[in-house]
Amino acid sequence: MWDIVQNNWELLLIGQYPHGPIGGLVATLGLAAVSLLLAIPFSIVLALGRMSPYKIFYLPASGLVFVVRGLPLLMFIFWAYFFVPLIIGRPVAGATTMIVALVCYESAYLAEIIRAGVQSLPPGQQEAGRALGLSYMQTMRRIILPQAMFNMLPSMLSQFISTVKETSLAYVISVQELTYAANQVNSVLLTKPFEVFGLLALTYFVLNLSLTGLVRLTERRVEKKRLGRQMPTPAATEVQA
Amino acid sequence: MNYEFDFAAIFTGEYPALMLRGLLTTLALTGLAWVLAMGLGSVMAVIRLTGSRTANAIIWTFVAFHRNVPMLVHIMLWYFGIGAILPISVGDWLNRNGSEFILAMIAIGLVMSAYVTEDLRSAVRAIPGGQMEASRALGLSYLQSMRKIILPQAFRIAIPPLLNQTLLLFKNTSLAMAIGVVELTAAGREIENYTFRTFEAFAVVTVTYLCISFLIMWAGSVLARRYQFIGRR
Repeated sequence: MWDIVQNNWELLLIGQYPHGPIGGLVATLGLAAVSLLLAIPFSIVLALGRMSPYKIFYLPASGLVFVVRGLPLLMFIFWAYFFVPLIIGRPVAGATTMIVALVCYESAYLAEIIRAGVQSLPPGQQEAGRALGLSYMQTMRRIILPQAMFNMLPSMLSQFISTVKETSLAYVISVQELTYAANQVNSVLLTKPFEVFGLLALTYFVLNLSLTGLVRLTERRVEKKRLGRQMPTPAATEVQA
Repeated sequence: MNYEFDFAAIFTGEYPALMLRGLLTTLALTGLAWVLAMGLGSVMAVIRLTGSRTANAIIWTFVAFHRNVPMLVHIMLWYFGIGAILPISVGDWLNRNGSEFILAMIAIGLVMSAYVTEDLRSAVRAIPGGQMEASRALGLSYLQSMRKIILPQAFRIAIPPLLNQTLLLFKNTSLAMAIGVVELTAAGREIENYTFRTFEAFAVVTVTYLCISFLIMWAGSVLARRYQFIGRR
């Protein structure tokens, strides 16, 4: 098994770069990171729509979230694969297609995370912001969202892990990421499919398990900071007085 | 974009039958993988709760492995990898009976069983310890109290997360097309290949997925309401 790594580590790590597009593990992580970052603005808009008391915002946003939840990611990939070139009028790279599909898909899931984050803040924050004369948008941008996004860091990271797993679907439209690279290695070697795919699974396993560790770490830090920010305990005030 | 819609093109000849076969394959894959996931998931949850350290470690590894590796990779591992190292007689039997379908079903079922186990375990932990103590005190054996007292309550708590997993499982069966199972997505792509009616073929597939997904979501909300604990209503 080790000789497979030794002979193919470059392809599995960075693909054919610098002689071709970047691929392998780096492309997998890059696709996931770019998609998730691009999805954040869309998901904030969707989350605001989901929390809106006005039906013209609430209904379309909720409809969109439910539709995305009800469809397989593969369908988004195929829709993007055929319609992104039609809409912008020229052929696009497979990676772009994958990013478009992932942004659409992840926005809905992220929106639900952000909504949960905003709703878990004490309502007094919103009320105090409005009472100080800030508009709804100002309150959201300056008071609510910064706190909610910080508290949601662990969930965002978990979503990043899911996105890393979902980038493997880019294989279906021949984007050169880790799963595609492993398939390339397999079709060269031909005789060792179990080793190659076992190695592929192991790579994802180690990567995502370390990311899960990172999630735990962030969870603890966020928790600590949230507790630290609360009002001083009665005992502490007594000592001060 | 000047595109003329022509839904008639994909509703003629053999295409509706192809689409229907795809849908039935998707449903069969969903159903069988669901049974595997629920069965194995419950068994593993019970084993994890009995507290043998070795068994716990094994199941922890199983769950971590299946949750951290993409389902597509699991499907490939089963189809290309494990399919290749199976004894020849088993391999022959699989090939005669549609190995893609069976191996995809096993892979999807195993991945989902890892999620089901975790959901059930957290549901069981949400049940007060007094329930188990009371049923043991009444003379039921450990397995009897599990089966008659703890698990029926745990399933109730677990209904919302389990239905969410069912929805995910249904959606994820589309990945089986990567190894050549002609389920709904693959049928749509085939029709699109023959007719060049991309929009129409995908629209029909999309609407079909949505209908079934909404059905599962609706069933979820109904079940959740129906089996709520009376005290928590």
